[in-house]
Amino acid sequence: MADRKVRIATTSLAGCFGCHMSILDIDEALFDLLERVEFDRSPLTDIKHCGPCDLGIIEGGVCNAENVHVLKEFRRNCKVLVALGACAISGGIPAMRNNIPLRACFQEVYEYEPGTLGHHLPNDPELPLPFDKVHPINEVVHVDYFLPGCPPPAEAILRFVGDLLAGRTPAIDPHLLHYD
Amino acid sequence: MSAKTFLLDGQPVSFVDGQTIMDAALAAGVYIPHLCHLPGYRPQGSCKLCTVDIGGRRGAACTNAAVENVDVKCETQELNADRRSLLQMLFVEGNHFCPSCEKSGNCALQAVAYRVGMRDPHFPHFYPAHDMDASHPEVLLDRNRCILCELCVRASRDVDGKNVFAISGRGMRARLIVNASSGRLADTPLAAGDRAMTVCPTGALLTKRQGFSVPIGRRTYDLKPIGTTAPARETQHG
Repeated sequence: MADRKVRIATTSLAGCFGCHMSILDIDEALFDLLERVEFDRSPLTDIKHCGPCDLGIIEGGVCNAENVHVLKEFRRNCKVLVALGACAISGGIPAMRNNIPLRACFQEVYEYEPGTLGHHLPNDPELPLPFDKVHPINEVVHVDYFLPGCPPPAEAILRFVGDLLAGRTPAIDPHLLHYD
Repeated sequence: MSAKTFLLDGQPVSFVDGQTIMDAALAAGVYIPHLCHLPGYRPQGSCKLCTVDIGGRRGAACTNAAVENVDVKCETQELNADRRSLLQMLFVEGNHFCPSCEKSGNCALQAVAYRVGMRDPHFPHFYPAHDMDASHPEVLLDRNRCILCELCVRASRDVDGKNVFAISGRGMRARLIVNASSGRLADTPLAAGDRAMTVCPTGALLTKRQGFSVPIGRRTYDLKPIGTTAPARETQHG
């Protein structure tokens, strides 16, 4: 392990990138971390597909078909998969649309909203089809660890990843465990 | 007369005849996790969080009478694991989106979940679509956060004398209803100052225009995790 850097992939599915911002919020500890790890596919790198990794960190729930493809790619390639933040864990705020029919959501935004041009729903096959409900990621793939918060505090993320790098079961200090 | 005692996790707790394990423990300043219980109210026994080991058998601390010299265990790994499962069930049954809930930080459901270290919902989410009632000028009822503890039912009936709430429906369809022919809160005598408004352990019953008024870090359970006494350091915040 000493010779090889630990490989980490990260992604945001139906997320807001806030969990990634919280990762960056470990500030200068990032420099120490980068001595020990290297990043595979991530919004912070230019790698297009996830290769074999030790750790995958997922932010955001699953709201469309592309999310599922990405999530399954991560699960195939990552030895350990972590659900980071409220969205990955419970669907989060985006799952508040689960009680509104999908068509009604789309019509409100693309047809009825003043100023929308064309008055039709986007239907290009390039676009991933949305699901009728937003799901937590553990309803699609097996998840090894969950780190709650919206977003989880940087201190919790640092400690969590540190534990994983050290081969320990990741701990969450009680004062860093929160869902909001 | 020497006081009768039982053992709670090895510590003697004194009680008087007829007192429940829960009431004796709370009176002695010892916390047993609970949601549907409130001192002074008739025990409900629906949340099951206060399940303890009573001399080798399991029972709800809030409904079982204290018995002299009996050995009660509460803070065991096994019981706390079961509490975690119960809380996971409560979380997936409702729409507990804490990040946008006004009760976050002041919510007993959330605070107990923190206490037993719940990290994930484990079970598939129900995403229920119960009706919300915003008809009342001062009060909001979001049934998707209701855990059916019936504290508002008991408070409104027994303390406020208004009998505004009830539980209706069976099994999974059970829900909180409002005792008005219209079914709306606006058509009841409920007032924001009623006791029923202060007993809700979740964000189901909220007073309007009061949300997000306490800074993060100073909310009830930011200062003092549920079931702990505030160390001097923490009492200086607010």
